[in-house]
Amino acid sequence: MFIPVDLKQTVQVDKDLQIRAYYAGHVIGAAMFYAKVGDAAMVYTGDYNMTPDRHLGAAQIDRLQLDLLITESTYATTVRDSRYGREREFLKAVHNCVAAGGKVLIPTFALGRAQELCILLEDYWERMNLKVPIYFSAGLTIQANMYYKMLINWTSQKIKETYATHNAFDFKNVRNFDRSLINAPGPCVLFATPGMIVGGFSLEVFMQWAPSENNLVTLPGYCVAGTIGHKLMSGKPTKIDLDKDTQIDVRCQIHQLSFSPHTDAKGIMDLVKFLSPKHAILVHGEKPKMATLKERIQSELGIRCYFPANNETVTIPLTQYVKADASNTFIRSCLNPNFKFSTCSSVDNSYLDSNESKAVSRLSVSDDRVSEGILVVGKGKKAKVIHQDELLNTFGEKKHEIQFAYCFPMHMTRTEDIPSASDLLRGLEKCTLISRLSTILSNELSGGNILDLGEQLQVESFRVSVCSSDNCPHRLSGSFQNNSELVFFCCCWSVADEKLAWKIISIMKGSTLQTT
Amino acid sequence: MKFTCLSKGGGFHFPPCHMLNVSGFRILLDCPLDLSSLAIFSPVPVVLEAHESLDSESVRKRQKIEKTLDANDLVRAEPWYKTVKKLHLWDASFIDVVLISSPMGMLGLPFLTLSKDFSAKIYVTEATARIGQLMMEDLVSMHMELKQFYGPEDASFPQWMKWEDLEVLHSELKKIALGKDCEELGAWMPLYSAVDVKDCMKKVQTLKYAEEACYNGTLIIKAFSSGLEIGTCNWTINGPKRNIAYISSSIFVSTHAMDFDFLGLRGNDLIIYSDFSSLDTTENMKNDDTCFDPVTCTSSNVSDDVNNLEERAASLLKDDESREEMEKLAFICTCAFDSVRAGGSVLVPIDRLGIVLCLLEQMSLLLESSSLKVPIYIISSVAEELLAFTNIIPEWLCKQRQEKLFSSEPLFAHIKLIKEGKIHLFPAVHSIELLTNWQEPCIVFCPHWSLRLGPVVHLLRYWCSDPNSLLILESGVDANLALLPFKPMEMKVLQCSFLSGISLQKVQPLLKTLQPKLLLLPKELRCKIKIPEANMIFRYSENETLRIPSSKESTEIDIETDLASKFRWKLLKQETIMRLGGELVMDQGKHRLISGFRPADSKQQRSLLHWGSPDLKGLLTELSKMGITGTVKKVADDAEPENADSIIDIVGPEKALIAVRETGTVIIAANENLASHIFKAIDIVLDGI
Repeated sequence: MFIPVDLKQTVQVDKDLQIRAYYAGHVIGAAMFYAKVGDAAMVYTGDYNMTPDRHLGAAQIDRLQLDLLITESTYATTVRDSRYGREREFLKAVHNCVAAGGKVLIPTFALGRAQELCILLEDYWERMNLKVPIYFSAGLTIQANMYYKMLINWTSQKIKETYATHNAFDFKNVRNFDRSLINAPGPCVLFATPGMIVGGFSLEVFMQWAPSENNLVTLPGYCVAGTIGHKLMSGKPTKIDLDKDTQIDVRCQIHQLSFSPHTDAKGIMDLVKFLSPKHAILVHGEKPKMATLKERIQSELGIRCYFPANNETVTIPLTQYVKADASNTFIRSCLNPNFKFSTCSSVDNSYLDSNESKAVSRLSVSDDRVSEGILVVGKGKKAKVIHQDELLNTFGEKKHEIQFAYCFPMHMTRTEDIPSASDLLRGLEKCTLISRLSTILSNELSGGNILDLGEQLQVESFRVSVCSSDNCPHRLSGSFQNNSELVFFCCCWSVADEKLAWKIISIMKGSTLQTT
Repeated sequence: MKFTCLSKGGGFHFPPCHMLNVSGFRILLDCPLDLSSLAIFSPVPVVLEAHESLDSESVRKRQKIEKTLDANDLVRAEPWYKTVKKLHLWDASFIDVVLISSPMGMLGLPFLTLSKDFSAKIYVTEATARIGQLMMEDLVSMHMELKQFYGPEDASFPQWMKWEDLEVLHSELKKIALGKDCEELGAWMPLYSAVDVKDCMKKVQTLKYAEEACYNGTLIIKAFSSGLEIGTCNWTINGPKRNIAYISSSIFVSTHAMDFDFLGLRGNDLIIYSDFSSLDTTENMKNDDTCFDPVTCTSSNVSDDVNNLEERAASLLKDDESREEMEKLAFICTCAFDSVRAGGSVLVPIDRLGIVLCLLEQMSLLLESSSLKVPIYIISSVAEELLAFTNIIPEWLCKQRQEKLFSSEPLFAHIKLIKEGKIHLFPAVHSIELLTNWQEPCIVFCPHWSLRLGPVVHLLRYWCSDPNSLLILESGVDANLALLPFKPMEMKVLQCSFLSGISLQKVQPLLKTLQPKLLLLPKELRCKIKIPEANMIFRYSENETLRIPSSKESTEIDIETDLASKFRWKLLKQETIMRLGGELVMDQGKHRLISGFRPADSKQQRSLLHWGSPDLKGLLTELSKMGITGTVKKVADDAEPENADSIIDIVGPEKALIAVRETGTVIIAANENLASHIFKAIDIVLDGI
């Protein structure tokens, strides 16, 4: 029993396993599969095609977070040129043959290739206004085309857009073939099964048509060794022994089709790069070529890559997550931006060629929202994430706040000499001093949001105010003379802004306040 | 979470419309049009009639005393279209997401996308989008005929909407035009254009069934088949705090569309039940006592394991409703057959795609078996495209139809019938192909069910006096009003109801299968269903905003294992605590803590939060280890612990002070290095993180 799945449909197979199919563009119905168990995810893809062709679109997949990508690598090192050139060659060969009155034999399997080539020919016939009949042998009849007509959604965009007025798989020039037509006079094109000329009808026709140099046989890009197709491809035989008694004269032309619905090396690299999995495994292909591709993936994309032999097991570490419950306060605090600005100077290397390195100071913005969160893990309980403000309440502990404080004098010059220090320390004057200080700081301190609160100045947690008390507990010694040239500032800050605080203090100590 | 029902709609063609607020996002569920209100307009008048009426109309109207409604009372003007009135009270630019459950729920969408600043993401299933677009295009093209008749109208406010004209409108029509509370005039809109439809479709994001769409990284939205029609769906919305399932009108087993998907709706804590169809049909069911019998509903006390769930779902799916529907269709076919045998034609203005497709199949089977050569015509501007479309969508159809794909037969028989010349498609009544092919008696399928627009108007005029002909109408259409312009009717009329939602008896087993923790139910439905766990039910009615309290106190987050291993942990009262680092991201509806790009800050080596009180002796020891010497200068009286205030006088290497109180410590130092060392010492003796 099988269960059909649609593209992109997410199927919950059981409690843990989830799968999803993506369009692979190899043949109609081909899919890449995404599978997810818990947090681990992978994509497995068999044959796929990264460039659209006559009737199929290119493979399509979402940007997924993957631990592993398993991909085919048939054409691990081949890079193919444009499709159109190769299509033109094919059409030219067919056209030349029928124009000279020859017969074209196209051995194919029932699905896929025949329809693609037929769309190509139909299109060409229409354009060139050719009337030469195109035949489908019995095995390839309308039956297979019926599938194609219903599965329009799996085809290329162009075909999808025109289905309502003309279904591309409703071939106008195609007729059913009859044995009596094999030796009928006049040119024709025949699609016959099976491909590679392994026997059956295509062989029967081949035996009749091969002896005439007017005729043409097209062969797919790949033929299994031992088939007639393979023999025709290797060298240019003039005679083929079918069995002991039968020998076929081969004088007809041979055209090898070089387009295959497999992706090439570029396509594989594109897919691996697009998905950027943590690991990649190559399957299907020749060992040395796969080794080359593996090296490319590891060096160019920095993705661990493997190509295990048959029956070899590869073990891959998976992403795992620790599950925790987060409190609403924590989530809310994470939703709010928590910007911190700081400047860091670095040497700009772009000036190196002029033998002059220039120190540039950059403003760096950090937005750390998470560090206020605390993870609590109890025995036999689910891990919980809470905000630091909630921690002490939860545990019934009292907060102990550690602060820094420092009260120190700052030099001051005045242009007018009348007011004494005590006058200066009146409220209004305090504000003037603070606003002067603010100007100094905003000039010297790049970054940091300076808030002028009237009698107080605040930068992050750093607060400074004019200190009028001689017994300020934050003064280290009374050794400073009560000098009218000096005014005391009392500062306090918390540990988070330690660096900033000392920078401000050093600025203050190095400057002089100007008052009128 | 907040929920507001904007309209409970009316029947298959006018689905309900709701507004949902979840995780800070505003979600509009469906955007339909009330096409039944087209009935107040006159269909394209016969030309002579129009001339005569133009002179006398206004006079006649003013002199009119309330009498029985006749065709002359209908509004003779280019029709406007009635939207959901309450939707206009919301600012379109504040809508974040629009979910469309059916092609019918899409017909009002161009009005929304037209409005400036509209920027919501619109999710629609692929099939609904295609069928909906065709329906809108058909509506626009049918409207064109009336537009051409009345000529360009400059007024942004048509004559019929002016108060003096509304005043003299027949009361029955007035009720439709103004609504019960005379406040619905604002809901009328002039129809959108073909360009508007195209623009609207460009803004639509199409989905497959069960495809995951992630909105803003926060909400995961999925559509699951509802079985009502091809492409119609129910929705699940998974946010970080809540999993919601929205159930629109659904049919468990369909004759054409994919069956109702139970499995997808399973495991959601909240269900918004929005299938009002059983309310429309309660009249017919009044005698049916079984649905009010609480015993049948509560008797099955089954355990909750998954197998049982699936069994129960299967028993709901195994059902004779679809057989009943097929019998209904068979009956219609025999009626039609009798009619054509008697030489009369059959007119089928039914706009339900599934019903039409099934009727086509059955009708032609019946005709074939009888050797009666009667052509079937389908007249619609979009018929060709619609019928071609139905044959390329095996993914959206029921199992039996999918089986046809696997045996490479056409999904619906009409493809073959068209080829054989048994069914003819015409874009319009005046198309040349139709005129040359026309044969009577015949069977005609054409829009529009309101009998005000489209080919049906002309054909009905043509056949209404033929007693042998048959008109097949959907029930739910007010036949008296709809047929008014065609009276006197000699034609036979068959009105039949089709299944268009979950029947009342099945609501309860369905809810039992899905087992929601909370349930939002229409008020009208609440009293008709017996649900034992009454505390989990919220009743909603039109234009009432329900606030649903959050069930979860906390949100689940995933922490990357390698990140978690970097945290420095501490022990607090037998629990391990650690300060978090990294970056919190929202991905696929999950909060995830990942290691950010920035390296850990050096200051994070220290604790930022402390508790307890420092031990002074221990502190002095730690300080002396760092080469800092000092003495405890003042210790407060032990009798008053709350004032316990001690000062440590640091003398070397430089002068500094540490003021220790119960609630905090202040470090007073003139030297950055010294201050920082003192902090480290305090950090060691205190608990902190």
